[in-house]
Amino acid sequence: MIAELLGAATVETLFPNGISRYAIGGVLVGLGTVLIYLGTGITAGASTFLESTLSYVSDRERFQQFRFVSSRDWRVVFALGIVGGAALYALTFQSGLVTSELYASGNGGELRDIGGVTIWLTDVQPWRLFLGGVFVGIGTRIGKGCTSGHGICGVGSVSRTSLVGVVTFLIVAIVTANLVAAAGVVP
Amino acid sequence: MVDRHPLFMPLILLGGLVFGFGLGFSHMARPEVVLNFLTFDDLGLLFVMFGGAIVAGLAFWIVPRIRSTAPLTGEPYGRRLKSFDRNVLIGGSIFGVGWGLSGICPGAAYASLGVGNVTILWAIAGMFVGAYVQGAFRGASTASQSATPADD
Repeated sequence: MIAELLGAATVETLFPNGISRYAIGGVLVGLGTVLIYLGTGITAGASTFLESTLSYVSDRERFQQFRFVSSRDWRVVFALGIVGGAALYALTFQSGLVTSELYASGNGGELRDIGGVTIWLTDVQPWRLFLGGVFVGIGTRIGKGCTSGHGICGVGSVSRTSLVGVVTFLIVAIVTANLVAAAGVVP
Repeated sequence: MVDRHPLFMPLILLGGLVFGFGLGFSHMARPEVVLNFLTFDDLGLLFVMFGGAIVAGLAFWIVPRIRSTAPLTGEPYGRRLKSFDRNVLIGGSIFGVGWGLSGICPGAAYASLGVGNVTILWAIAGMFVGAYVQGAFRGASTASQSATPADD
């Protein structure tokens, strides 16, 4: 229906890889959040893990707060679960063991076969990843959330704080990414 | 430390697995895909963010109307509401610079490691450095502000 409204050519331009893998992936991200919420009442975000894990190695008062120390063990488990879930995807769809019309394999980066398992490696330069990571680490902690805390749980809660947070980082990220691309930094 | 229900950790792990599988399947775990979204080459990522938010939103809206507390923790079901102040704008902007430069955010970074992208350890290391730097800086400033009353 959307295709009829916009015209197939426009949809092809805006969504060159279709929408099914994105929509299905998004629903699964939401379901993971909901499973934890149903059992525990916790609205889990991914970035508090950074500070709560630092409490294992730093005696600084900032990291020794009760909210970090009391949640650090399950946040490690949550993060390991995310790694493991993505690995399950890599073993199945990424490796071609399971295929579906709803899954478009996409392009960019490098696929490498290691003993029948296909791993994927980014071409984005390490300095971009590291420096970007530093900004992300600072920003998410000052800004009270990241793409999952604000973007999934906060938006799902219709929290005005989170909606403002998401709009802020989305606009700044769009400007930044386009400036970096315009400066000729690829990949 | 805390007495927890025996199913607490297994459920956290299961939730993480589903969450991470979704990030892999959607390709949000690939920085290139995020950068293509931010430069308007492929807007599909909108469906990841809104898909996830809608599913979570339905649960946050319906579940508290059926039950008052969560079975494994006894915690009341609520929504994720945080107070607004200018830190949301400052932090959000710093986060946006990082996300736009690298194409990676915390959850997607952990998932990226899972799809075999060991190069992403640069980003994860950067995130820990960033979280430590702000913690050290803010911890120090908070301590100096509250030095007098905290002496009691």
